[in-house]
Amino acid sequence: MNKNFTQTLHDFALDLPKKVAIVLVQTGKEDIALNYETLYQNASRYAAFFSTLGIRKGDIILLLLNHSIDLIYIYWGAVLVGAIPSIQPFLTEKLQPEVYKTELGALINFTKPKMIFTYDQFYDEILTNLPQVKVPIVTSSFISKSLSDDYQTLYAGIDQEPEDIALIQHSSGTTGIKKGVALSHLAIFNQINAYSKAIQLHNSDVIVSWLPLYHDMGLIACFLLPILSGNSLILMSPFDWVKSPVKLLRLVTHYQGTLTWLPNFAFNFLSKKIRDHELEQIDLQTWRAVINCSEPIYFESMQLFQNRFQKYGLRKTALSSCYAMAENVFCVSQSTPFAPPVVDWIDPVQMSKNEIAIPKPRSEAGVPSVSSGKIIKNVQVRIVDENFTSLGNRRIGEVTIRSDCLFTEYLNNPGATLDAFKDDWYLTGDYGYLVDDELFITGRKKDLIIVGGRNIYPQDIENLIIGIKGVYPGRVVAFGIPDEITGTEDVVVIAETETKNPIFRERIADAIRKKVTKEASVALRRVYVVDHGWLIKTSSGKLSRAANRNKLLKIIEK
Amino acid sequence: MDIEKITQLRQQIQIICQQPNKVLSDEDKLLSSGLIDSFSLIDLALIVEDIFKVRIEDTELSTDSFDSFADLLNLIKMKLDE
Repeated sequence: MNKNFTQTLHDFALDLPKKVAIVLVQTGKEDIALNYETLYQNASRYAAFFSTLGIRKGDIILLLLNHSIDLIYIYWGAVLVGAIPSIQPFLTEKLQPEVYKTELGALINFTKPKMIFTYDQFYDEILTNLPQVKVPIVTSSFISKSLSDDYQTLYAGIDQEPEDIALIQHSSGTTGIKKGVALSHLAIFNQINAYSKAIQLHNSDVIVSWLPLYHDMGLIACFLLPILSGNSLILMSPFDWVKSPVKLLRLVTHYQGTLTWLPNFAFNFLSKKIRDHELEQIDLQTWRAVINCSEPIYFESMQLFQNRFQKYGLRKTALSSCYAMAENVFCVSQSTPFAPPVVDWIDPVQMSKNEIAIPKPRSEAGVPSVSSGKIIKNVQVRIVDENFTSLGNRRIGEVTIRSDCLFTEYLNNPGATLDAFKDDWYLTGDYGYLVDDELFITGRKKDLIIVGGRNIYPQDIENLIIGIKGVYPGRVVAFGIPDEITGTEDVVVIAETETKNPIFRERIADAIRKKVTKEASVALRRVYVVDHGWLIKTSSGKLSRAANRNKLLKIIEK
Repeated sequence: MDIEKITQLRQQIQIICQQPNKVLSDEDKLLSSGLIDSFSLIDLALIVEDIFKVRIEDTELSTDSFDSFADLLNLIKMKLDE
């Protein structure tokens, strides 16, 4: 087994020089195909330049770049010198630059990068006058002017030890400090080896992806896994995909793609936002797995997708599911290849009252619970109750894991690292149950909301609203509720007020929407302005998100 | 352009903007203000296509092509004149 990224890429450049590593697809441009030899050579040229900049082994560098050739070469050039490249969200359409700048400032102060890489235009428009930032910013045109053909074939990255940190995954917060998940080379290779077996990865597999590279699913499954396995990756930008979702299907057709990972909402988005006439040339027969991961999996979304695309060659057995998290590099469980995920029809009443998943047929009002697949070979899962006692089959409790691919630490945050474990089991904060080695995820312990694969912390939203005129001080809750139409969660806000005047209440609701859209980039579909005293408190006197969520759901049901 | 169609477009945009009570002015920035989020951009294109029978290319779904409601109307007018 290889010990680090550099060694692996170096070996592929020698063993598979002409094999396509990445096809970069950009709207309005010709596709660019890079083979392993070209990728390694160009990464070496960048590495030579990075060495002259003083970038050394273990230095963190931030990449503020969208999907582009610059991103690919800067990333792998940094790998070759043994640095830790960290890809961060890119801002398009100049959306809320102030929010972006604040978040970036916090991230920089927290991760203390050695350098930042970005485009000239982005630097001029966004990054000048970044508050409190003393980190050198290097632009892409400066790099291309400085590159030379005088480069070596090996740099310091080749000497990295398996335990050295290879990358830092930032869990995305809505505002403020994020957690940096530090992962070693060893953990990543252990994950890749186990996960490749679970999906039966073959060297002929072609991965097609539009996912962002600052998220574990995009970075691990759809960037590092194919490149560090010698596979071919067809890579398009999320910004291009969201404007024209059919392009993903065109790439699968054209490049005979076999594997794609998608968050649940994308199954709905693809099913609903493409016109029939756009699908005329689409042929999805080569797609052997479309893996639903990183959001709660809806049975309805999978059905919708199957029904829409089966006449374009989508095989029923291609639908797949997975449960993953950055702290375990990526995958914990994966459905069996060439078979649709197991669907467990269960009794919803038993589930909410007794925390147990008792089978109940669909015909008798059972509800579907889609399996996240079987636990992969290098991972152990224990479902535990609040006393950390193991629960048997079908009992719902917290999912805890142990594996040889867990993260090393949360960067600069020993307290959080310590709190994440109990007796060397990592506490995922997710609820679920097992049926033998088949894992079903049922909910979350933390009040996290996931919208389109993006994590949103309700307290961030509530803090924004607290100061709004007319909102009763401290009486606001935010939470997520499932939306079957979009296939993701809707963020709901309930705020108390003393005014009875419906016009004033509407104004308060509009002010809430406006502020949250502007400062947290979250669209609020449901804002309820209610009487003072409406919100339920816990016994300790705090507002309870869960209780108020249940109260609202009951009202909606009626 | 047909006033009825413009009214229809305005109503549809208000729906996708998540601000049902907001009266959309011609100068309101739709994209750069975040009123229309990235996932709703394609809805906007589909709505325009349905109402005016013109095609908005995905490359046109950016602030380089339009931002305000008035800009969008100009873009549609240009396409109708083609």
